[in-house]
Amino acid sequence: MYALAATFIAAVVLLADWDRIGFNFFNLEVMRDMFPEVITLAARNTVIYTALSFVFGLALALALALMKLSTIRPYRAFAIGYIELFRGLPALITLIFIGFGLPIAFDGFRTPGGRVGAGVLGLSIVGGAYMAETIRAGIEAVPRGQVEAARSLGMSKSRTMFSIVLPQAFRIIIPPLTNELVLLIKDTSLFFVLGTTPMTKELTKFARDVMIDIRNATPLTVAAIVYLLITLPLTYLVHRLEKRAAVSR
Amino acid sequence: MTAAIEIRDLHKYFGDLEVLKGIDFEVAEGEVVCVIGPSGSGKSTLLRCVNRLEEPTSGTIIIEGNDITDPDADVDRLRTKIGMVFQQFNLFPHLNVLRNLTIAQTKVLKRPRDEAEEVARQVLERVGLSEKIDEYPIRLSGGQQQRVAIARALAMNPDMMLFDEPTSALDPELIGEVLDVMRGLVRDGMTMMVVTHEMTFAREVADRVVFMDEGIVVEQGPPHHILVNPETERARRFLRMVEAK
Repeated sequence: MYALAATFIAAVVLLADWDRIGFNFFNLEVMRDMFPEVITLAARNTVIYTALSFVFGLALALALALMKLSTIRPYRAFAIGYIELFRGLPALITLIFIGFGLPIAFDGFRTPGGRVGAGVLGLSIVGGAYMAETIRAGIEAVPRGQVEAARSLGMSKSRTMFSIVLPQAFRIIIPPLTNELVLLIKDTSLFFVLGTTPMTKELTKFARDVMIDIRNATPLTVAAIVYLLITLPLTYLVHRLEKRAAVSR
Repeated sequence: MTAAIEIRDLHKYFGDLEVLKGIDFEVAEGEVVCVIGPSGSGKSTLLRCVNRLEEPTSGTIIIEGNDITDPDADVDRLRTKIGMVFQQFNLFPHLNVLRNLTIAQTKVLKRPRDEAEEVARQVLERVGLSEKIDEYPIRLSGGQQQRVAIARALAMNPDMMLFDEPTSALDPELIGEVLDVMRGLVRDGMTMMVVTHEMTFAREVADRVVFMDEGIVVEQGPPHHILVNPETERARRFLRMVEAK
């Protein structure tokens, strides 16, 4: 089996047209031409869109998680409906719905921030649905005894939630929450569907436009490397945070 | 003497299971009452009903003249008067010892931070753990954690303390330090209701021992009576079993 695989790889290495691959995917000249805009414009936009969507999504998710755990039935029903709906749809549909569907249905409907605003709103709505389930799971992972101890000291339900349960829940869910963040980073590539101006392009759209312009695939390679430069340090940082949180547990 | 805790005809169901079958019971101010009985007898449930961590199915519980079972009762305020110590300590793991002791003081009693920290230092000294003030709970032994938990309750200046099997989760060599702290509270005249399996401790400090079985109070009285020469066969059988261990 291994011999077969080795033979296959050897054949690919020997038969491949390396000059052609190098020219089309790793073209240094093309790479040089993409700087500095790929960082100062495209990567910057990707980071900004992600950060905004994450912050708004997280706030929304917290509200949804608390509603889902509420004793009040309509709250619970709303949260369940919302979460199932937006987790069940492709993010692309939600973005198009916000960006084009609503303005068609309601004359003069404008999301604040224009097309970027519509994109951020759409991703916040989708991210909120996913993160709500993560937060709920984190809250439920905090031992029951913590709530009892807090309540026996006279803390109200909401005080217990915010001072005792949520701080512990967030320590528990840092890793899955980072996964959501990485997913959001990648989902900002869907913003292109809403239309872009030269100043609002994020990484994927930027790379794609250069590629079409010069008929060379190297821009995609550059975009891929920049994505990894963003996501890999993030995972490393989270690893560090987890270690530090472990000390206080 | 005024009653600190007054329980009238308390019933508690878990689903179809009746765990408390009509308890009438009083703890006077300054009194130390130890509740003993086999596991499943309802003694922990009874204790947890006193500060309404467990919702009574029916009956009345009066704390210093205030009906805590009244739907309109300010349960949060009454709870600040009732310190509670749990079998599993339940310290807040994300806060250091000082913050464990001050958080409810500042957030619930609205004490200024300086005052709360001063109180924290005092109660920590009372349980003999002043040097651990900056540690996180995870770095403490079980005995130390339970002493911090007692200090956390004391920091609220409660009028009474409830103990739910405070030494049952501890290694045998750590039980003594916790019982010592509790003896200190008894000397200071604290009103205490203690669910425990420590018969020696009960005999030594209790003003009254209550023996529970199958959801009712079977027998109660002074420790030398209940723990040495009980009247009921059920209590005798329980004591023989405990001594055999």
